[in-house]
Amino acid sequence: MGAMDKTTTDGSLIGKRIPKMDAPEKASGKTRYVHDIDLPGQLHAKILRSSQVHAKIVSIDTSAARALPGVHAVITAADVPWQRPIGVAKDHLPLKADRVRSPRDEIAAVAAETEEIASAALKLIKVAYEPLPVVATAEESLKPGATLVHGEDLIVPGADGKPHVVHKASRDNVAMTFTYGQGDIAKGAAESDVVVEDVFWLHYVTHCCMGVSGVIAEFDASDNLLLYSNTQVPFLHKREFAELLGMDPGRIRIIQPPIGGGFGSKLDIYPFEPIAIYLAKITRRPVKLMFTREEEFIASPTRQPVLLKMRSGCSKDGKLTFRDVETVHDNGAYTSWGATTPFVMMQTISSLYRVPHCNYSTRAIYTNNPYAGSFRGYGNLQATFAVEAHMDKLAEEIGMDPLEFRLINAQDPGEITPQGMHFKSCGFKDCLRTAASRSDYQTKFRAARAKWNDGNPIKRGVGMASMLHVGGGAKIYPSDGCGTIIKIDDFAHVTLITGASEIGQGSETVLAQLACEELGLPMSVVSVVNSDTDIKPWDVGVHASRTTFIAGNSVVGAARKAKAKILATAGAKFHQPAEALDLRDSCVVDKASGKKLIEIDKLIRSLHFSDKADLVMTTFYYEPPSEKQDKEFHGDVSAAYAWATQVAEVEVDTATGIVKLLKVTGAHDVGRVINRLGIEGQIEGGVVMGQGYALTENLIVENGVIRNPNFRDYKLVTAPEIPDIDISFIETMDGEGPQGAKGVGEAPAICVAAAVANAIYDATGVRITALPFTPENVYRALHSNSRPPTWIAAA
Amino acid sequence: MSANIDIAFKLNGIEVRSRVSPGMSALEMLRDELHLTGSKYGCGEGECGACTVNVDGLSINSCLLFAADCDGREIVTIEGLASDPHTEALKKSFVAYGAVQCGFCTPGIVMQARHLLEKTEHPTPEQIRRGIEGNLCRCTGYKKIIEAIAEASAASA
Repeated sequence: MGAMDKTTTDGSLIGKRIPKMDAPEKASGKTRYVHDIDLPGQLHAKILRSSQVHAKIVSIDTSAARALPGVHAVITAADVPWQRPIGVAKDHLPLKADRVRSPRDEIAAVAAETEEIASAALKLIKVAYEPLPVVATAEESLKPGATLVHGEDLIVPGADGKPHVVHKASRDNVAMTFTYGQGDIAKGAAESDVVVEDVFWLHYVTHCCMGVSGVIAEFDASDNLLLYSNTQVPFLHKREFAELLGMDPGRIRIIQPPIGGGFGSKLDIYPFEPIAIYLAKITRRPVKLMFTREEEFIASPTRQPVLLKMRSGCSKDGKLTFRDVETVHDNGAYTSWGATTPFVMMQTISSLYRVPHCNYSTRAIYTNNPYAGSFRGYGNLQATFAVEAHMDKLAEEIGMDPLEFRLINAQDPGEITPQGMHFKSCGFKDCLRTAASRSDYQTKFRAARAKWNDGNPIKRGVGMASMLHVGGGAKIYPSDGCGTIIKIDDFAHVTLITGASEIGQGSETVLAQLACEELGLPMSVVSVVNSDTDIKPWDVGVHASRTTFIAGNSVVGAARKAKAKILATAGAKFHQPAEALDLRDSCVVDKASGKKLIEIDKLIRSLHFSDKADLVMTTFYYEPPSEKQDKEFHGDVSAAYAWATQVAEVEVDTATGIVKLLKVTGAHDVGRVINRLGIEGQIEGGVVMGQGYALTENLIVENGVIRNPNFRDYKLVTAPEIPDIDISFIETMDGEGPQGAKGVGEAPAICVAAAVANAIYDATGVRITALPFTPENVYRALHSNSRPPTWIAAA
Repeated sequence: MSANIDIAFKLNGIEVRSRVSPGMSALEMLRDELHLTGSKYGCGEGECGACTVNVDGLSINSCLLFAADCDGREIVTIEGLASDPHTEALKKSFVAYGAVQCGFCTPGIVMQARHLLEKTEHPTPEQIRRGIEGNLCRCTGYKKIIEAIAEASAASA
């Protein structure tokens, strides 16, 4: 589509539009998600959640529920005294013992013959509470004398039976902090001709996977645990479940049925999973636990809400001088991955553009609100929103075209940033120029400003924003690797067993393409096995836009080993050096002439069934050449980095505050396109997810309570509202990527809101620093009925 | 609990009988009693379209229809269209155009698209967008779904 596309050579699968392998099953309604699986003897579980936001639990009476016919088990914290905490900070017991900190909190659970009986039993459980003051905002939480959310040590019995402190009390409601610095802010400020400062508010949104959360847990006769789980990180969770249950991880098997949407929501263990396991353990029956949609809204993680203060400077000739950022994250009642999003935010703040002096400090603050998890982009939407607003503001202050200003400060290939990231391939400037030229950005940008005072209530404008994100994995664990097993049978049918997990993004198809490209076989001979931890080799999980890059390199490695084995066999048979042979069109061929020597299946049969029988079965483990960052967050954390620029065109009705997103022109440095159909789907879906973040989605949290836990009041973008989307691929052919590819999964969602904010300013002359741009918020901002977000006084 | 209700209706061309509880939705009956899991539970309140089925020629969110009210009606689910050539064309088009990612919304959208093309053989892009506005998809951004429906419509020309 884009001007920069490389044409593919004939016969190659790379860059082609390859339909998703599991799409025929899915389109026919035959795919069995976890929701569609029922095991013989299965019980149905339901969870009783708190009716209070913050309270002491005085008593729980489950006697009537236990007496209800069809009920097999009712459990509270008292029934599982051995339970251990979950989450990133281990501050969260699945079943709450003496205190609830959020209306999502789990107090009891029932396993019954039917869902109906389980629901009826919940209504019979009587809980007496003693209400505590609600800590409704991070600002209140930081005030001296504020109620403490985790004011006491969390103590549970350890493996030795003795009490252990697993989470230390927080006496100031601070859950987690990050501090990063490079250079000297004072020096940067002194060298600045222009300085701008703003406070930004990035709101609550949530994943809204179309398939609600659920799990089936079953213990076999030998006490091995089988989980049918939607997890994105099965191998990490095997280990975590083992710790929670005091089990050997080797006795836990996780099967991942096709997953109805992930987007980062399934990177952590949530209370419902251990609760289903407890019930299975107690009842000795398979236990299935499925959320309702309302529960999905209330008890799922959110994107991290952020209050962000940023001060930035530049010189008259357009060079960034410094950036000073402080953020407060509402952590909610418990700590999940949301608290660690600063890890990604600081990469954008320090390294999207060259900025010599930079500070970033952040605190995640306990409140009684929903807690934040990981969500596609992982803090980058929030950081990019602020950084790109200031790029436009600084350009305007010095009277420079915003594209020119960005080009002056954009990263180049070969750059090693002060944070230690090495941009070996970097198409950032091509992204900027391509998105600008294809959208006619500069002309439209100037034309919009000329009409600010023309009296027409309908305004149009364009806005630009760019992003940097990991594109070659992210080494946040000791390993960021993935294993592959390739088995080629005597019919040359390929079983591709990958550690990677599929959540709808199309990894199975891309991985099969990469294998076939090496083996000279058609896609039709490949089966991908990717959903059973007893079969597939280790992988970190599906996160950080890493699967095409990491699992892809692993597949290429395994396929090359299989190819070498086949060619060596053929070489011996035909008395030719293996290097002179190749695999094409399901045959071994003479590399130079292309002459066919033998069909691959026939050759494998001769190998397989000879007196020196051997199988074509290879393994490969790929570990990217990246490094864990040190304590100061220095280090080349990814083997490659992805870049993109998006230009948004909006229409603003200043009389109603309605903002229409007309068009998004995106240029994405993806390294190389592997599957054109799949990558377009990732980008279009990401753009529309970004549109929702910017314009329609808003999880309304008041005093700890979610006010709109349904699709009527939580507004996802629907088909009539989507913009025109123009995508260009900048193919920088990354030296480490499989066939040159880099990760793309998160990238398209990251800069939409930032571009829309700049477009609204271009249309109206009003800078709005708080999301979302709903009609009410925009109307108030345009008509001076709102004040911009302010920094926390107590902080 | 109130007494269960015996009902008889035509499901995917075959007469069936079922005994349902008064509060049960048609979706619960289809999935839990009749084991047709192609219709999905996405929200349970008619906002997402993942449970779309055809009832007496109308496209319906089956989560909003009481099972008891299926008595005497004719219901078609995604499973009932397995050999319908128009649906087959739609499914092929969804596959070829990349309109399927996680796939959870897909059967409902195929059902809705089938209904749309039955009413309007060659819809405009605007009619397609409006025709599926009751179906939520979190993965694709709808663009390829709209293209796939347009292609299936053109192919039937």
